[in-house]
Amino acid sequence: MNTQTLEQRPTAWERFKASHFLHSFRTDKVAIISFSVFLFFALAALFAPLIAPYDPYDPAMIDIMDSEIAPAWSEEGDERFALGTDAQGRDMLSTILYGTRVSLMIGICAVLMQAFLGVVIGLAAGYFGGRVDSILMRIADVQLSFSTMMVAIVVLALFQAAFGAELYAKLAIFMLIMVIGIAEWPQYARTVRASVLAEKHKEYVDAARVMGFKSRRIMWRHILPNTLSPILVISTVQVANAIISEASLSFLGLGMPVSEPSLGSLISSGFAYIFSGSWWITVIPGVVLVLLVLVMNLLGDWLRDVLNPKLYKG
Amino acid sequence: MALLEVKNLEVTFGLRQGAVKALRDVSFSIERGERIGIVGESGAGKSVAAFSILNLISRPGYISGGEVLFEGKDLTKLSPQEMRDIRGNRIAMIFQDPMMTLNPVLTLGQQMVECLKAHRKISTAEAREVALEKLRLVHIPSPETRIDQYPHELSGGMRQRIIIAIALLLDPPLIIADEPTTALDVTIQAEIMELLLELCDSQNVGLILITHDLGVVSQVTQKAVVMYAGRVIEQGPTKEIINDAQHPYTQGLINALPQQTLPGKRLNQIPGSMPSLQKIPTGCAFHPRCEFVIEPCSRELPGFTRSGGCSVACHMVKAMKEKAAAAG
Amino acid sequence: MIAFLIRRLMQAVVVMFVISLISFSIQDNLGDPLRELVGQSVSEEERQALRDELGLNDPFLVQYVRFAGNALQGDLGTSYFFKEPALDVILKKLPATLELVFGATLIIILLSVPLGVYSAIKPHSWFSKTVMGLSIVGISVPVFLTAIMSIFLFSVELNWLPSYGRGELEPMFWGWESGYLTRDGLLHLVLPCFSLASIMLPLFIRLIRAEMMEVLQSEYVKYAWAKGLSPMRIYFLHALKNTMLPVITVGGVQIGTMVAYTILTETVFQWPGMGFLFLEAVNRVDTPLIVAYLIVVGAIFVVTNTVVDLIYGLVNPTVNLTGKKS
Repeated sequence: MNTQTLEQRPTAWERFKASHFLHSFRTDKVAIISFSVFLFFALAALFAPLIAPYDPYDPAMIDIMDSEIAPAWSEEGDERFALGTDAQGRDMLSTILYGTRVSLMIGICAVLMQAFLGVVIGLAAGYFGGRVDSILMRIADVQLSFSTMMVAIVVLALFQAAFGAELYAKLAIFMLIMVIGIAEWPQYARTVRASVLAEKHKEYVDAARVMGFKSRRIMWRHILPNTLSPILVISTVQVANAIISEASLSFLGLGMPVSEPSLGSLISSGFAYIFSGSWWITVIPGVVLVLLVLVMNLLGDWLRDVLNPKLYKG
Repeated sequence: MALLEVKNLEVTFGLRQGAVKALRDVSFSIERGERIGIVGESGAGKSVAAFSILNLISRPGYISGGEVLFEGKDLTKLSPQEMRDIRGNRIAMIFQDPMMTLNPVLTLGQQMVECLKAHRKISTAEAREVALEKLRLVHIPSPETRIDQYPHELSGGMRQRIIIAIALLLDPPLIIADEPTTALDVTIQAEIMELLLELCDSQNVGLILITHDLGVVSQVTQKAVVMYAGRVIEQGPTKEIINDAQHPYTQGLINALPQQTLPGKRLNQIPGSMPSLQKIPTGCAFHPRCEFVIEPCSRELPGFTRSGGCSVACHMVKAMKEKAAAAG
Repeated sequence: MIAFLIRRLMQAVVVMFVISLISFSIQDNLGDPLRELVGQSVSEEERQALRDELGLNDPFLVQYVRFAGNALQGDLGTSYFFKEPALDVILKKLPATLELVFGATLIIILLSVPLGVYSAIKPHSWFSKTVMGLSIVGISVPVFLTAIMSIFLFSVELNWLPSYGRGELEPMFWGWESGYLTRDGLLHLVLPCFSLASIMLPLFIRLIRAEMMEVLQSEYVKYAWAKGLSPMRIYFLHALKNTMLPVITVGGVQIGTMVAYTILTETVFQWPGMGFLFLEAVNRVDTPLIVAYLIVVGAIFVVTNTVVDLIYGLVNPTVNLTGKKS
């Protein structure tokens, strides 16, 4: 009897293998390439301490005499430094690996925070309805009418002015995650709220309530799984946006310090040398940043086409 | 010569999963001043048939065969420009939902005048006069103020009157009405239908009425065409079809009418539902739901058999006719 | 119409009140005005006396009312660095920023509408596919990077266009010196304007395309075809007017983003505008200047949003300009 049920019910993995999702992934070249590139960056970032030939955070390994060496393939290159060195003599390859790690981490953490805030607020608004709903959605409207970049620049600038540059540099990673994380929850909240409202009056939720489950349990077990695909689609694009925001803020000197650079602060530190012809300090991290964001946006587009979730407009 | 003659019309939708035929071998005709009804459940292809007459099927659908002869011209062979001269001018359409049909950001006047100006050399002031005249024709109160209002300022019934007025703007010989009253309140459905019929009569306009409601067809049309899964299964004079339906599906539709059911009894539904176009059964598409299945039904596509003034696509009817002929 | 204007005006006042409150708390907490005034060599008693005299020991509310009263008369304090009234310093830089935003907006409107509409009408043509492909690359490149790359390419490598500053200016009116009136000024505007437009443009193209494709599927567009209207009239009147409604709303929100991006663009191109000034003020902890910037930007934000709402109300007949949807 046991074997029979096993035969009848394919495992989750088998169901995944036969799914529309995987099929459309396999037949879409853009999706495959984007995912591979993303995976490559993610792994490189994750294992940066193992891969990187130098530790850019360790001043002992940096020699100022090695500064501004062109990438190894050009004539003035040095084979010790595959992608050249920056103005402080740091190996570009290692710095970029670590920078990608910082950028991705800030992006993902900020989006996790957005998603958490948004899902909790959206669930509450949709489930309790009434006054709670109207107050929360009103706040979401106000929040949305302010542009994230504007708010982030002002808030971070004020904190920097208040803390002083040195203390700020230590707290930068936190501040970035907080500011980007708090600024963009409304999109999640609205999407989750819309799904909750759509699901709320379906029979199984009533049934669950009749059977005596607590309201919170109903929400987590029944409603949340249904909102997973819109959340996944939003998140992919949001991580890309968060990475752009972080890079922009770091470029303005409001983000990661040069001693612990993200891709944005790397580009920023190289900008001063672009006129003297040391293009690689800016261009190479720039290309990495654009590729990273591009493949995430492409994946987001593809996910939206495949999952086709109901996204809240606006 | 018939005003409009549709011959073996075939419409295909090129979907990702492969080509799907939404309309197959559809033929019917209408004379000037005549009223015919095309009946069927949703998904039977009646709207596709209506839109394909004006070559208005949106991608990925296209007319893949057959002819649409209107005043002797084959509409499927016209250039886009020539087709545009027909639309709204020689053949007008009335859409299902008046709340969605009118453009929300343009005034009624704009939407009427543009139609006149697209087909006639006429000044805006003259066009406005024509529009006002037609608004009076459909009994719009104080048309001079209404004409400058936006659609959202009017009720659904009022909007459908406007749409009838737009249909009549260029005095076309043929109007196609796709479920013109379905989206309206029950109380005004009859009113709008009456207005439409009255105007078609007085202006000698041919009317193709697309509907799922056999009751309406029986009251207002002279000819009926019954469709199922993209094909015509029975057509003929409305009276004959209502009083003596031959096809089991048509019989089922008539039996399902509330008038045919005794008070307190359940409505007589046809068991099962219309197949999706991707999964049309072999042979007669209706055979899985049919109570009179005989041997060839699941295998062979039934041809048309004449029965009185009607033609019926059914093996059972054909077999019975042959039997009767052999006996007689 | 008048009711609508009054409503909007009241909203604007509320928003400005909130902004002024925030600005004041910043001024209250950030930096010490005494140190700027007298330096550090003054004794504690003298400081307290001076604090009393300046009203710095008054209750928060009293101080705020004084601040708001001064602000209404255009007095937002004196910049520590420039030793000039902060508002004057900001307003002097305003034309530069506005010219930048104007150029970018022009580029966005002139390009996004035709490109978005075309790629919605002919989604399968190679041109539309190219536009959509480029647009996704466009939204993936941060504004500052576009700016840097364009400097690298067009200024450093090709030497076609200037890379910083506003170039030669010509007086226009009210002491407004414009870069739009000289060839040199226009050349200086090219790179900054395109960089500022670079991220918004693909967003708008994609938005217009998506909205337009939805509208083209609507019943009223099908009906317009059935009326035998010309394709031009259907696309550019029936469809486009409906497409623009959500686009206008989004555009209103994007104005704020645009102002934020001027900070980035101005930094890269050393454009002598408000954004560049603001960053300098932050680095110098020049509190009155920071506060003045926030208030001016807030005011710009409120004005443009009101104008956008007004345009929306004029385009959309279902809004009867009292703000309520009928």
